[in-house]
Order: sequence, then C-alpha cells, then structure tokens
Amino acid sequence: MVAQERSDAMTHATGVYLTAYARLLRSIVLCVISLVWLLPTLGVFISSIRPRAAVAATGWWTVFTRLDVTFRLQNYHEVITTHAFGRYFVNSFVITVPSTLLPIAVASLGAYAFGCLKFRGRNAVFLALIALMVVPLQVAWVPVLQVYVRLGLANTFPGLWLAHTSFVLAFATFMFRNFFVAIPKDLFDCARIEGAGEFAIYSRIVMPISMPVVASFFIFQFMWVWNELMNALIFLQHPRKYPLTVAIRGLLSQYGSEWYLLAAGSFVLMSMPLLVFFVFQRFFTYGVTAGAAKG
Amino acid sequence: MGTVSNNTRGWLFAAPVLLLVTLYLVIPTLWTVYFSFFTGGFQPDRFIGFENFRRLFTRDRLFLDLSGFPWSGALLNNILWLVFLPAGAIAFGMTIAVLADAHPWERVIKVIVFVPIVVSNTATAIIFRFLYNMNPRIGFLNAVLTSLGFKPRPWLSSREYVTFALIAAAVWIWTAFAMTVFSATYKALDKDTLQAATVDGAGEWQKFWLISLPMMAHAVSFVFITIFIQTIKIVDLVLVATDGGPAGASRIIGFSFYWETFQNLDVGYGSAIAVVMLVILLPVMVLQVRRFKAEEQ
Repeated sequence: MVAQERSDAMTHATGVYLTAYARLLRSIVLCVISLVWLLPTLGVFISSIRPRAAVAATGWWTVFTRLDVTFRLQNYHEVITTHAFGRYFVNSFVITVPSTLLPIAVASLGAYAFGCLKFRGRNAVFLALIALMVVPLQVAWVPVLQVYVRLGLANTFPGLWLAHTSFVLAFATFMFRNFFVAIPKDLFDCARIEGAGEFAIYSRIVMPISMPVVASFFIFQFMWVWNELMNALIFLQHPRKYPLTVAIRGLLSQYGSEWYLLAAGSFVLMSMPLLVFFVFQRFFTYGVTAGAAKG
Repeated sequence: MGTVSNNTRGWLFAAPVLLLVTLYLVIPTLWTVYFSFFTGGFQPDRFIGFENFRRLFTRDRLFLDLSGFPWSGALLNNILWLVFLPAGAIAFGMTIAVLADAHPWERVIKVIVFVPIVVSNTATAIIFRFLYNMNPRIGFLNAVLTSLGFKPRPWLSSREYVTFALIAAAVWIWTAFAMTVFSATYKALDKDTLQAATVDGAGEWQKFWLISLPMMAHAVSFVFITIFIQTIKIVDLVLVATDGGPAGASRIIGFSFYWETFQNLDVGYGSAIAVVMLVILLPVMVLQVRRFKAEEQ
C-alpha cells in the first residue's frame, strides 16, 4: 500500500497522467521485457540443478508443468571436484584481489597529483591519460607478452596483476581525480598551514573522505577482473593457474553438449559477481556510469 | 615552497601511474605499429612495408570480402555491430528507463535488466549458446519457434543468422548500461517544463519526443560513444559463443586480431589489425579529450 501511494505521488510529480488503458499497456510491455531479460539466465540456473538425464531429455521450462521434478546439487559437486572448479575459483580470487587493490594505491597517488597539486605539464599529461583510456588492449598484448617471456613474468600471477593494474590505471586515475577536485580547497590550506606534508594530506585527509569513490572503484574493478577472459588467456599458459573464465572455455570445448555441467560451471563463475551485486547494489549506479569511459 | 619543489612533488606523485602506463600502453603501442610493417611470429622477421594492410583489405576474405553480395567479413560484421548494438541498447534502455520510472515494479525490473552486465561476457556467451541451441528440447528459442509451427533455426551455426544472434546477446548485456544512464538523466529532468506541457494538453508521446528526448541528447551521445568503443574492442563474447565461426562468418575486428595473432601466430599481420583498430578509435580519442576540456571550462 505504502509503495503504491508513494508511486502515485511520484507519478504526479513527474507530470505523468495515464489512462487506465495506457497503464495496462505499460505494465504489459515491462512484463515482457523483464521476461526476456530473465529467462536466458533462469534457464541456465534451472538446468544447473536438474539431473543430467533430465537436462538431456527435456527442456528446462518443463519443470513448471511437470509434477515429477527433482532438483539436486550434484552437478555443482561434479564440476567443483571432478573438473577442479574449486581450484579455478580460488585462482580467480587470487588474481582478482591484488588486481583490484594495486590500481587503487597507484591511481589515487596519481589522482592526488592531477587533482590537488599544481605542476608544470599537469594538464597536458592528464589529457594524454584521457586519450589512453580509449586505446584498445589489442595494441598492447603482444609486446607486453614478449617482454614478460623474457623477464619470466609470463604465466605468473604477479605478471597478470601488473597487467590488470596498468590497463585500468588511466581510467582509475580519471575517476579518483574527478572526486578529488571536488574536495574543498580550504581543507588543504588548513592542513598545509598546520605544517602537514603532501603525503600526510593524501593519506590522512583525502583518502579517508574519498571512501565512496574507492568503494565504487573496488567493486567495479573486482567484477571486471573476475569476469575478464582475454588477459588471463594471453598471459597464463598453465592450466593450474587458470581462472574460472578460462576454465569454462576449456569445459566448453571438451563437454560442449553436457549442459548440466556447463550450466553448473557457469553459475560457479557467476556466483561471485551476483553476490557482490546483490550485497553492494547501491554502489552500482555510480560505478557503471563512471566505469563507462573505461575499456 | 618554491615552484621547483612543487613541480617535483607533482611529478613524484604522478610517477607510478605514468611509469606503468608508459610501459604497458605507450611503448607497446609504438612497438605494435612498428611490427605491423613486418612479417613474423613473435619476433619481427622481414620488413614488407604496407603489405599486411594491403592483404587485410584486398586479399583476406574473412576480413573484408566485397566480391559477392551481400558483402561480408569481419569489418562488415563490425559495421553491423556498430549500427545495431548501440541502436538496440539505446532503444531498450530508453524504453525501460522511461516506462519503469515511478512504476511500482521499478526496482525489480531494473535489477533483472542489470544482471547481464554483472555476469561476464563469457557467461553470457554460454547462456546464449544454451538459449540458441538447435535442439528444441534444449534451446528455448527454438522450442518457442517449434511450438508456434516454425522450423528450428541454427542461430549460431549459419552464416545468415550468426552475426545478428551475437548482436542480440550484446544488446541484452548493454541495455543495462543505457538504462542506468538514461534513468538517472530522466529523473533529473526539469519537471516544471513537463508539467507545463501537460497543462498545455501535450500527450505522453509528444512530451517524450519533443521535450524529454531532446533534453537527454547528451546522455544518448555519451551512451553511443561508450558502446561504440566497446564494439571495436570486443573479443570474448564472440570467442566463447562461436570461435568466430561458422567458417569465420561471425568474426569482428577485435576477434580477427586475436585469431591471427594467437591462433595462427601471424603476429605481424595481427599487429596490422590492431593498428586498424587504433586508427578507427583515434577520432573517438580526440572527441573524448575535447569533451573533457569543454566540461572543465
């Protein structure tokens, strides 16, 4: 009831006055759109908990009309143990966390320079960073891999962490800098009069009040790296080091028609981003809108 | 505090960013441009001038084939992507942003539409392989077609459908982004103007096309540019969904780069494709820089 009243109030505020017919039409269109966006994922989810024989014999949608439906978690058990998705899950985690924390440290320092300090060449360099956000990674992969092979960084987690960090830096610096420039100048002046050094101002004043943007970036980058396939595919060669995205591609080439297995594997991959999304929803609008500029 | 020490301090704070960006993006870009004039595996072998580019645009039928109609190849496919992906995402995103606004189910609908952008392109590729499966007892889309009396179609394994089937999957992903941006913009529109139009007797349809949409032009162009950039760079969705097949029919430029470089180990040739991508994105780069300058003033 309350929700209904509130929505009526909002309707009036927007100046939208709809006839009963138009209201119905609007609800129908929204319903259809929701179904189109929900069903593909729902189908994979249902298949991930149906027995193998059932998945091969009948469509997932039949669970809504049949009475003899059984669900089970054995597909997950199989993909996690027999196909080592447990290890790949850990790998994804080991790859993602440093690849998320490192750019926060490096980019926030840079953003402090571009947003809070004045130095010669600042604007030109910052504009170059904005241009670099557009550069496709295709121009970087081969030369970086060549150097990695020589330095022994190919096929290592630190190599991948550094690649993920460097590829997101221009964007991260841009995002943090836009937040930093909005901090009132008085704050800096006071601290400088008190005799605080620039690093102290950065670490004790700027960073603590910038937690909203740090959190948004953290979530954005965490999901980006977790979901990322190409860097891992190019820089890691050893199957023991694969993250879930690479592993599921392997599963696809070996068991391309075993949908009970692929469905469970996909949901192991999707579980983390979905969890993060539902827990931290409020950071998302900001993250997505800001994250847009990144490639 | 002298100017000199201020300068030094600024550069010191910026140094880690600049060092990594130079090592991982600037120098590699120059190296790739250099490499694009050579043949060779992972080391440049023989200088051949513009031969890689000539081959790309005249002799590589999987990249550009103008010999028969309809034209085909990765470049042509990418043009289809560039037209239909932003158009689809913007149309659906705008529809949802406007229709769901202040609707009792607004939150639920937005969460549902948002899920595809949260799960990876890799997962989306698998979700759509399942949806498009040729067997109507597995693939939902063909099940629907069969129940309506149509024949099941090989969405991902026929030259005719595959590019559009993949674009549909990409629209499914990117609509969330368009919706989020448009929704924020729509809610911030000047309500008095809309109110006045209502008083003057304007219908909802008129109000949208004549008032709301023009006021959101900036948001639309922002969404368009963002998706444009992504469309040039995409590899993973195509790689996992089709491996570029059948017979290279679903290739796009970013994918061609990956395939020539890491599958065929024709690195000089792959570098030439990367350079083409860079050239396509160059105007966007200039645009982004200009845009930023305008916003700062």
